[in-house]
Amino acid sequence: MRTDTKRLTLLGLSVALAMILSYVEFLLPPIISAVPGIKLGLPNVIILYVFFKSGEVDAALVSAVRLFLSALLFGSFLTFLYSFAGALFSFLVMLALKKSKLFSTVGVSIGGGVFHNLGQIIMAIIVLGTREIGYYMIILTFTGTLSGFLIGILAAIMIKRVKAR
Amino acid sequence: MKNFVNKKIRNDILLVLVIISLALIAFLVFKLSAREGSEAVITVDGNTYATLPLSENATLTVTLENGGENTVTVKGGEVFVTSADCPDKICVSHRPIKNVGETIVCLPHKVVVTIEGEGSGSDVDIIS
Repeated sequence: MRTDTKRLTLLGLSVALAMILSYVEFLLPPIISAVPGIKLGLPNVIILYVFFKSGEVDAALVSAVRLFLSALLFGSFLTFLYSFAGALFSFLVMLALKKSKLFSTVGVSIGGGVFHNLGQIIMAIIVLGTREIGYYMIILTFTGTLSGFLIGILAAIMIKRVKAR
Repeated sequence: MKNFVNKKIRNDILLVLVIISLALIAFLVFKLSAREGSEAVITVDGNTYATLPLSENATLTVTLENGGENTVTVKGGEVFVTSADCPDKICVSHRPIKNVGETIVCLPHKVVVTIEGEGSGSDVDIIS
């Protein structure tokens, strides 16, 4: 991998922005407190931006560094496991949707949102050893679609207006 | 170009419809296969802690090794968590459950309350 100062700076900035958005979201009250896991996922605006502007590898890097830092600063090993499963599922689906060239930024984001929740539910089933938690996935499908849609719109605006380099 | 963009938006909508219909089908399958359970099984970190029959009213306080507590109540064939000292209290705000397969989960304490039916056991794979 070529050492590229501009790229390094852009990635560093992206991580910082994503971290700030994590914190902003952490300050907001939960949307529906009865069901865990419903979040807007504000940092994903940044991840999506990098994903489309700078490439999939860069987006994976930013996402991985953010996950690690978030776990160190605000989370625990358990929350790291959930976030990791969500991020991995979400990334793989977004990669497939983007490579298919069939969907817009918003479509890719919706797929990512829903599979983020699916990844977390599967991790919860593994961690807690209870398959019945799968029930939550029905509700999370709707909220994941909604948050994916909103984040996708925000990211599309940002991709259009903010120049990467 | 314009046509190309519209096609992508059409595909986006199709994607959403597919995702939503899968969720609705799953919801219907769960609803239609719902039947009232006979007992509430409480597990802590995957290990069975206690089993309460739904036929009689009871209150049980689950005490964790680290001192955490969740109080589970059975009343009129329904189960709910009346109090807990976990940080998020999601289990306490969860509605009462009574059908086979329904659960109340306390993620911070790794406590899961599951309704099971006669002889169904936990081998029923409701996910697949």
